[in-house]
Amino acid sequence: MNDAVTIDRASAMRVAARPIATLPLSLTINGEVRALQVEPWTTLLDLLRDKLDLTGTKKGCDHGQCGACTVLIDGRRINACLKLAVSLDGAEITTIEGLGQPGELHPLQAAFIDHDAFQCGYCTPGQICSAQGLINEGRAKDRQDVREQMSGNICRCGAYTNIADAVLEVLEKQA
Amino acid sequence: MIRFDYARPGDVAEAVRGGAGDHVAYLAGGTNLIDLMKENVARPLEVVDINRLPLAQITDLDDGSLRLGALATNADTAYDERVEARYPLLASAILAGASPQLRNAATNGGNLNQRTRCYYFYDVETPCNKRVPGQGCGAIGGVNRIHAILGASDQCIATHPSDMCVALAALQAQVQVTGPEGDRTIAFADYHRLPGDEPWRDNTLKQGELVTAIDLPAEDFSTNYTYLKLRDRLSYAFALVSVAVAMRLEGDRIADVRIALGGVAHKPWRRIEAEEAIKNERPSDTVFDTAARALLAGAVSQGDNSFKIGLAHKAIIRALGQAAAGTPQSQTDKRIR
Repeated sequence: MNDAVTIDRASAMRVAARPIATLPLSLTINGEVRALQVEPWTTLLDLLRDKLDLTGTKKGCDHGQCGACTVLIDGRRINACLKLAVSLDGAEITTIEGLGQPGELHPLQAAFIDHDAFQCGYCTPGQICSAQGLINEGRAKDRQDVREQMSGNICRCGAYTNIADAVLEVLEKQA
Repeated sequence: MIRFDYARPGDVAEAVRGGAGDHVAYLAGGTNLIDLMKENVARPLEVVDINRLPLAQITDLDDGSLRLGALATNADTAYDERVEARYPLLASAILAGASPQLRNAATNGGNLNQRTRCYYFYDVETPCNKRVPGQGCGAIGGVNRIHAILGASDQCIATHPSDMCVALAALQAQVQVTGPEGDRTIAFADYHRLPGDEPWRDNTLKQGELVTAIDLPAEDFSTNYTYLKLRDRLSYAFALVSVAVAMRLEGDRIADVRIALGGVAHKPWRRIEAEEAIKNERPSDTVFDTAARALLAGAVSQGDNSFKIGLAHKAIIRALGQAAAGTPQSQTDKRIR
């Protein structure tokens, strides 16, 4: 659509000289309605981490290649780094903080501990949100399905075997 | 990311009015555009968010074709019961691409309009004729393992990254667009283009035009088909070579066949003569070899991607065999049989 976007100096100056206007945004985040003001270029990931101090959601690659920023938007797993927050006006967001709390772990969190499904833990919030999305979708029936459908989440420690075990256990308990 | 103005129109006419100017980008799922904006490859001054337009439906049309709304997500399309039953080639190709998270966000229109993943296009510190006309091409003579073997020009050797579009090419979909000059229909084969001497143009959309739907013709390729995708890892990677086959057998003869390749050219690669050459033949590796030779005639290595020529040849033969046998490639069990 916009092939070869090259901007002449005058246009660039015009944009740079404009005051930064924030836009109103209403989101329900982990069950709480939030009235916010955001700059249009703020991603959901940056909003969560930098403005709302919900740092459980991780920034790995910031390019949709690693899955560390996976959250649930209206129950569906999405890469938060590739969504402009403003475009989600009215949506319901669930982050890792909304799934479980210390002392009150989500079944996936408990299963990740039981199965030793992480080492450094950086990818884990995204893995768990993605696994909840997988369960919500209801299309995974066996281990091979789980492995394929969890392939959007990279683990540099290589805990994949145990991650698949943890997800499969919760999936089978809920079936 | 560059600063931009943001608009969120509620109907198509308003969106098209907003999209008519220079330096405007339509925002749908955002999975490619936002990334390109972060890299300063895309620098729109205005972003028209089209996510609230009523274009997310999948609808049966009176002539038996199926209309995929431009804003239906890739996931909703692949798992739509009608798509699964009538166009399993498309469902398979979509599920071969990206990740569940990305397919939940990415839309059908956006899939068509995603840009190449050529490293030089993405890296603004290197020359790229697609990004800045006349700047030169870093990939020619550079690192070009993922690049085109067919249809390239001396200005650009990028490939189109989509899996979905390879299936749409084989299914001969129709792209519905609207714009400042009204509505029109573009045959899928005419939608994407080869780079030639205007590599910055990925497709034949005119300025301000917006894809509203993709129509799948009422043809039955639901028995003999396959989408075979070969890549560096089993999931969540772009194709080095992919093959979509839609076939119809009558008795023991090939009555109709379509073959489209991904990962090898600036657009999904079809050659009617390769298909015509094997119609009315009995399926066999010898016959499939004839089609592969015709489809790949004139293929050129750029240096690092020589392997693609042999890989594509074998992949075409294997895919035609899978389609003829009615044993399409599984996108879960990745073993190739």
